[in-house]
Amino acid sequence: MAKEKFEDALEKLEDIVKKMEAGDMPLDDALKSFEEGIKLIRFCSAKLDETQRRVEQLLGNEDSLKVKSFQEEDGDGN
Amino acid sequence: MKEILTVSQLNENIKYILEETFGFVWVEGEVSNLHRPQSGHIYFTIKDDKSQIRAVYFRKYGFPKNRVADFELEEGSSVLCRARLSVYPPRGDYQLIIESVEPRGVGALQKAFEQLKAKLAAEGLFDNQYKKELPFIPGRIGVITSPTGAVIRDILNVTKRRYPAADILIAPVKVQGSDAAAEIIQALANLHAHGSVDVIIIARGGGSLEDLAPFNEESLARKIFSSTIPVISAIGHETDFTICDFVADLRAPTPSAAAELVVPQRLELLAKIINLKKRAIAGFGRYMTDRRKGLLGLQERFKDPRRQVTDLQIHLDDLQQRMQRDMRHQRQYLAGKLQKLELSLKHSSPEKRIQETRILLNNLQKDTQANFRSYWAVRHERLRKNAAVLNSLSPLAVLQRGYSITRKLSSGEIVRSAGMLATNEEVNIQLAKGKFQARVEKIYGE
Repeated sequence: MAKEKFEDALEKLEDIVKKMEAGDMPLDDALKSFEEGIKLIRFCSAKLDETQRRVEQLLGNEDSLKVKSFQEEDGDGN
Repeated sequence: MKEILTVSQLNENIKYILEETFGFVWVEGEVSNLHRPQSGHIYFTIKDDKSQIRAVYFRKYGFPKNRVADFELEEGSSVLCRARLSVYPPRGDYQLIIESVEPRGVGALQKAFEQLKAKLAAEGLFDNQYKKELPFIPGRIGVITSPTGAVIRDILNVTKRRYPAADILIAPVKVQGSDAAAEIIQALANLHAHGSVDVIIIARGGGSLEDLAPFNEESLARKIFSSTIPVISAIGHETDFTICDFVADLRAPTPSAAAELVVPQRLELLAKIINLKKRAIAGFGRYMTDRRKGLLGLQERFKDPRRQVTDLQIHLDDLQQRMQRDMRHQRQYLAGKLQKLELSLKHSSPEKRIQETRILLNNLQKDTQANFRSYWAVRHERLRKNAAVLNSLSPLAVLQRGYSITRKLSSGEIVRSAGMLATNEEVNIQLAKGKFQARVEKIYGE
């Protein structure tokens, strides 16, 4: 699940919840779905909990690109 | 009588008539004799090839706020004015008091813009089918804009607020002037070469048509069209449109709006995940409860057969009892009914009636005999009387006197004339006493 995209995970999760609420799948599937749903929830939450922010600037041209950090002016306080 | 006016009166009258008659007017023409005294008001004349009129643009009206503010009145420029016609009595001049003025026929830029727009549209550069979809949560956001000023600050603030983990790579460029388009094209190339961003915002604050000119350049439009990364254009104010806006995959009305479009609301997403989690757990819980209930139900229905036999026995006993009870009731009922019938039967026994009838009959018999006797006695008496009368009327009594009755022997018909008879016919003749048979010997007339 490492490279999974958030929106795919979210979609899968919605699907699983809907199926679970319909309540007409075999027990084995229900158990498996529930497990997978919990995993997806963890993944999505973790993704949303990431707070590391990066603001950089790209300088130079195609042949010699440089990435430099960008000084944010925290003007408005948030 | 001639009415004599003073000059002031005349001018006042003219002022009144002019101002009432014309009110507001739209006038177009060329600017000339432009001068700006210290007051800040602008005086000029508007003319066409045959005529001219004085105009003043008072500062108090505030020179128009938005784009027209950047429009500079120049000698010889062609303008369209909204103005009020007024008279200045001290000099006896009439002039236009300008309310607003806009360039007329500056159209070169505007025209070029329209032409390019039409050309690129015809080529299909704005077609929806080429619009790329934005990533739901971008891994890294490329921003092409000026590294200083409100635009980049707005974008950084909005992304930070909505989605703190946003990763932004800025490609700094000039956004105005003749180098701007080339720099933006280079920045696009750089971002593609770097390969780390999955969405690009091209942003600039508001400005005049001239300021926005770089974003109306064909080379930039084509570069954007060929981008493999989705591009959002956020140029100028909501009312400004550039060629970039049309060719980009998405047009944002302002740079802040672009930032909002490019990153989702973290809190909204979080709420959604939490809600889904609740639903998943509740759903699973309900699922298991339902299964458990189902099992319990089956268990209940799954009974020991011996218990069933006992149940049946009890049922049978019950039925038997009910049957016996029913029969007892039935018997009692019938017995009672029989008793009642017997009683009523006894009550209506015929014996008594037979006795009564017999007595009645006896009496009747006695009466009948008595009646019969008296009946006959009466009859007998009456008969006797009648016989005496009858006797006096009887033909026998006539016969007594010597007459006789002749009857045909064959038919017994009484012979009342000789014509009824034939010779040798036998007749029977009755006398008062006895009869005799005779034969007709001879017949005499009538």
